[in-house]
Amino acid sequence: MLWVIATPDNAGNRRSTWDSDPHRLTARRRPGIASGPRAVARETTDEVQERVTQRSGPWGRKRGLSGSTTRQGFAVLGVSIRREPWIFTLSTLGSVLFGALTVADAWVLGWSTDNVVLPAFEDGEIGSGMLVAVLALFLGVAILRAVGIVARRLGAGVMQYRMQAHTRRAVTRQYLALPMEWHQRHPTGQLLSNANSDVEAAWGPIAPLPMAVGTVAMMAIAVGQMFLADVVLALVGLLVFPVVILANLAYQHYSSPLMTRAQQLRAELSEIAHESFDGAMVVKTLGREGEETRRFAAKAEELRDVNIRAGRIRAAFDPTLAALPNLGVLVVLAVGVSRVLGGASDAGDVVTVSYLLTVVSFPIRSIGWLLGELPRSVVGFRRVTSVLEARGEMPYGAGRVASGRGGAALRVEGVAYAHDPDQPLLRDVAFEVPPGRTVALVGATASGKTTLVSLLTRLVDPDDGRILLDGTDLRDLAHGELPRAVAVVPQTAFLFDDTVRGNVTLGLDVSDEEVWAALRTAQADGFVAALPAGLDARLGERGTSLSGGQRQRISLARALVRRPRLLVLDDATSAVDPEVEARILAGLREGGHDATLVVVAYRKATIGLADEVLHLSGGRIVSRGTHAELLVTDPAYAHLVNAYEQQHDGTAPVSAEVQA
Amino acid sequence: MSTTTSATPATSGTVLDSGEDFKAIDTIRRGVRFSPELKEGIGLTLVLAVLASLGQVVVPIAVQQTLDRGLNAPGGPDTSFTLAAALVAAAAIVLTSVASYLMTARLFTASERGLATLRTKAFRHVHDLPLLTQNTERRGALVSRVTSDVDQVSQFLVFGGLLFVVSVGQVLVATVVMVVYSWQLALVVWLCFAPLFLSLRYFQRKLSAAYATVRRQVGLMLSAVSEPVVGAAVVKSYAVESRTQARIDEAVAAHQSASTRAQGFTAFSFSLGGVSAGLANAGVLIVGIWLGFGDDISAGTVLAFAYIVTLFVGPVQMGTQILTDAQNAIAGWRRVIGILETPADLVDPGPEGRVLPRGPVDIRLAGVGFAYPGGPPVLRDIDLEIAAGRRVAVVGETGSGKSTIAKLLTRLMDPSEGAVLLDGIDVRDIAQASLRRSVVLVPQEGFLFDDTIAANVRYGLLDATDDQIRASADELGLGDWLAGLPAGLETMVGQRGESLSAGERQLVALLRAHLADPDLLVLDEATSAVDPALEMRIGRALERLMSGRTSVTIAHRLSTAESADEVVVVDHGRVVQRGPHAVLVGEAGSVYAGLHASWVAQSS
Repeated sequence: MLWVIATPDNAGNRRSTWDSDPHRLTARRRPGIASGPRAVARETTDEVQERVTQRSGPWGRKRGLSGSTTRQGFAVLGVSIRREPWIFTLSTLGSVLFGALTVADAWVLGWSTDNVVLPAFEDGEIGSGMLVAVLALFLGVAILRAVGIVARRLGAGVMQYRMQAHTRRAVTRQYLALPMEWHQRHPTGQLLSNANSDVEAAWGPIAPLPMAVGTVAMMAIAVGQMFLADVVLALVGLLVFPVVILANLAYQHYSSPLMTRAQQLRAELSEIAHESFDGAMVVKTLGREGEETRRFAAKAEELRDVNIRAGRIRAAFDPTLAALPNLGVLVVLAVGVSRVLGGASDAGDVVTVSYLLTVVSFPIRSIGWLLGELPRSVVGFRRVTSVLEARGEMPYGAGRVASGRGGAALRVEGVAYAHDPDQPLLRDVAFEVPPGRTVALVGATASGKTTLVSLLTRLVDPDDGRILLDGTDLRDLAHGELPRAVAVVPQTAFLFDDTVRGNVTLGLDVSDEEVWAALRTAQADGFVAALPAGLDARLGERGTSLSGGQRQRISLARALVRRPRLLVLDDATSAVDPEVEARILAGLREGGHDATLVVVAYRKATIGLADEVLHLSGGRIVSRGTHAELLVTDPAYAHLVNAYEQQHDGTAPVSAEVQA
Repeated sequence: MSTTTSATPATSGTVLDSGEDFKAIDTIRRGVRFSPELKEGIGLTLVLAVLASLGQVVVPIAVQQTLDRGLNAPGGPDTSFTLAAALVAAAAIVLTSVASYLMTARLFTASERGLATLRTKAFRHVHDLPLLTQNTERRGALVSRVTSDVDQVSQFLVFGGLLFVVSVGQVLVATVVMVVYSWQLALVVWLCFAPLFLSLRYFQRKLSAAYATVRRQVGLMLSAVSEPVVGAAVVKSYAVESRTQARIDEAVAAHQSASTRAQGFTAFSFSLGGVSAGLANAGVLIVGIWLGFGDDISAGTVLAFAYIVTLFVGPVQMGTQILTDAQNAIAGWRRVIGILETPADLVDPGPEGRVLPRGPVDIRLAGVGFAYPGGPPVLRDIDLEIAAGRRVAVVGETGSGKSTIAKLLTRLMDPSEGAVLLDGIDVRDIAQASLRRSVVLVPQEGFLFDDTIAANVRYGLLDATDDQIRASADELGLGDWLAGLPAGLETMVGQRGESLSAGERQLVALLRAHLADPDLLVLDEATSAVDPALEMRIGRALERLMSGRTSVTIAHRLSTAESADEVVVVDHGRVVQRGPHAVLVGEAGSVYAGLHASWVAQSS
């Protein structure tokens, strides 16, 4: 079969976007030989899976997160600890230092009392050395403790923000890698929410993590001392723990579904806001602000109600964890008093166990803060993982396109394509464009023109048949090779929030003269020159500062500056004034652009450029020939392209056309 | 109130208020004004908060009493006292826990209610902003203002705001206790904390700026992330993944470093509290000893004082922490409030506004000039009268200013000079509801929402039934097109309408306009090239849509100009020619003759 794509060389190459992250955990993909398109797809899927498994660690080879929310939450934290072990260690040490020095503080007070304050009051005098010692001890402990605080908080912050950044890079790399079909299924607002709110949620528990881990030591020491004091009372005191665990289970159980819903609603809210602001013009001109606000408010209120319900559960959880150790102390006292009376325990031991139990209450609370964050974290992580695990990355081969100038040869062989097997969009499409020639694709709406354009530029791959550029199957070309030879100008121009130069070059290393030349051919030099900053003028998000026609011309210049060997114009001048369009077409013909040209067009001036016209209907090529030939031989074609004149002039279209 | 004062160019493109220049307390005050729910029942919540925080004091005391007077009672442990005391303590614990639960639950309820209101108000206000401001703001940044910025506030309102008030109360009570023991030592403690209190202002400023940067970076990051999402096709077909990724990485890194920097300030400022506490402890002992030499104080008092200091230090540290953590929330809050405080400078005269009578509208532009803020004039000295029911085509080269005329007629912008009058009324005096009812713009790119065709069409007439929509489609000659769609009216159009072709999107926009039944129809380049069969449909639909109304079309096509009653030719911001097509085309060497020549060249 044809798709022998993976060699170690191109394997690394096609991972380039992932590799550019120096901190990546991902395994370099293993080279392998695939034997067909489906095998290629599967193999790639496994790669993604492997990558995710590598990233998400050992809790689930295939299934990702599993088990209780708490376990899953710790698994998510495990990912971050494995990813940032040093910062985690540093912040935990900071937390331990803080804990130790809190104890030291009490010790310093005791020492000062015994060695300085009491002697001073007894003797009525004190050496200045002792005063300095008191000051030094207190300050020393305080400063070290401050160091502990800074290490803990800053460390946790650095760890959290690094994890956020790692994840955001991974998620956006995935957005770039996933195919068009995936993008069409996922609303912009949702994807923004995945990269923002979900990532934030996933790594939220890192903030209380070092404190919780640091206090585990405190808890262990206290529990140990409890057992040393009185085993029975210690066991009574430790009854607190199962209750704490039960409380946590209940919390996670009730909280998780609400958190899941809340994150989903956040995404939906972001979706509504994004769409509504995108369509602001329609909303404004039809005076639909009120309805849009109601649409948004309904979702905002749903989120509000879920948050309130989740909040009530949280409101119960925190004080419960705070109260449990205190209640434990009372039980210890009650049991203790009878044991003391029975001679089984010493009063001092009861006091010690009670005191230690109050010491334990702080770690329990700080662990509680951590547990409280887990459900939202698990939800966020899941949502992010579902993006990272999405399949269908496009595989690339190792082939290169021939360098040099001159038009490319395009050959389309028996191509079929369908989203839905029952509704094929293209069937059995075959044609050839020799180098330097022009082919026009003409057809009614939904005849398959735009689908064919996406196949030519490999936004999607055909289900059947193949497309060859200079004899090489597009699927055999390495990533980035096709765009070196082929440039497409889409129907709707998309501009980046960048300068004119940036939008035209997209990072290609070309001189300003070449940029101006491309702008000139695209008839965009005039209005660009009139911009205050010329090529350095920023165009705003999606080029909002320009008109539709101006955006199309910048988009055209972007294609032209690359001197493509195959230029595909998908109705690319639809919003341009005819006069301007005529000049563009003249420029394309005369300006030394010897590229092979595929144009989707309706205007006869554009169709007239073509050496051959392909008439598409219902996903098939129903006729081909020159414009003049088709007018005669294909009545449907004649009807299609003349419909316009028919309507406006009322003259017999064919005869008018023959004259032309 | 009829605000007819002309909007100056300087304000018509107002950049959104970042709100960075007002203080934290101002932010909270304004925030509460926008979200009155935050104040509801605050008294009871505060009582509960005091009760809950009392618990933190009462419980250890109760335990202490049980120990001292029950277990360690002189003459052996006193079982009945211990049990009784333990029961009382347990009751106290349960009571304070319940108070704590109620307080937090009430806070969650009040703050989520308040924030939902704030979000919704801000969302609404974004739609009320001038088109220019909407366009200059990055979409992602706007979205973040009504989503994640608001989310930041919630944590603070629940876990911060009220506890801060309680902490301040505790500090004051502790101060009183300290003064009762020894005013001199109380003074020492306050002196030791003075640097902290003084530096707090400095840190608050730093933190405030740092978190404002963080929130801004979130907006920029979302904008960067939206590029590969919205522009996926371009990114892929030009293989500019790594460049796009580099731009995102830059935004992600900027957000990361801004957050880390802010966290650094937070950590450092919080740690100062601990140092002050150490200083205070040492100070109390040293000054206590010194006071003891003068017999002003006993050793017992000094030692007791050393313990009382902790009652002061605890809430001070709590308060400091809340203040520092609050800055992130305040920064988010400011950005949301910033939207609400950005003037929507196309002022709706409201109920006092005049109502346009129904029936075709006549138009007069009197000395109209327009310039974007800081830009050169786009339109100059336009005087134009269009009689009711006329069909006018405005033509001109790209950039001639013809699209601006459409925006002025529909009051998407107000002129910098002169006035636009509909039926003799300045558009600035017409109630928005009436204006939107009577005047409809069909924009160049008919934006569709990710919903069904029916839902999109209903933007024109909210309560339109399916039958009405079908009848309307039949009137425009679109019935068979609609019937031919896979799911008819229920066909989903996809994001931004991308499942439909450009021409079909236009049909939906026309249908929408037809249902809206305007008296003045403004079409902005709505006739860009589509497949000729569809084009014919559109032409027919337009023909029917325009009949019986005044219509102004920003035209690109010969046919549109030809079939108009009158053509207005705009060149370099001025009207240079007007009259019927037949007359204008005969004016040799004119702008219109030039345009016409290229049209003819096009369609032959």
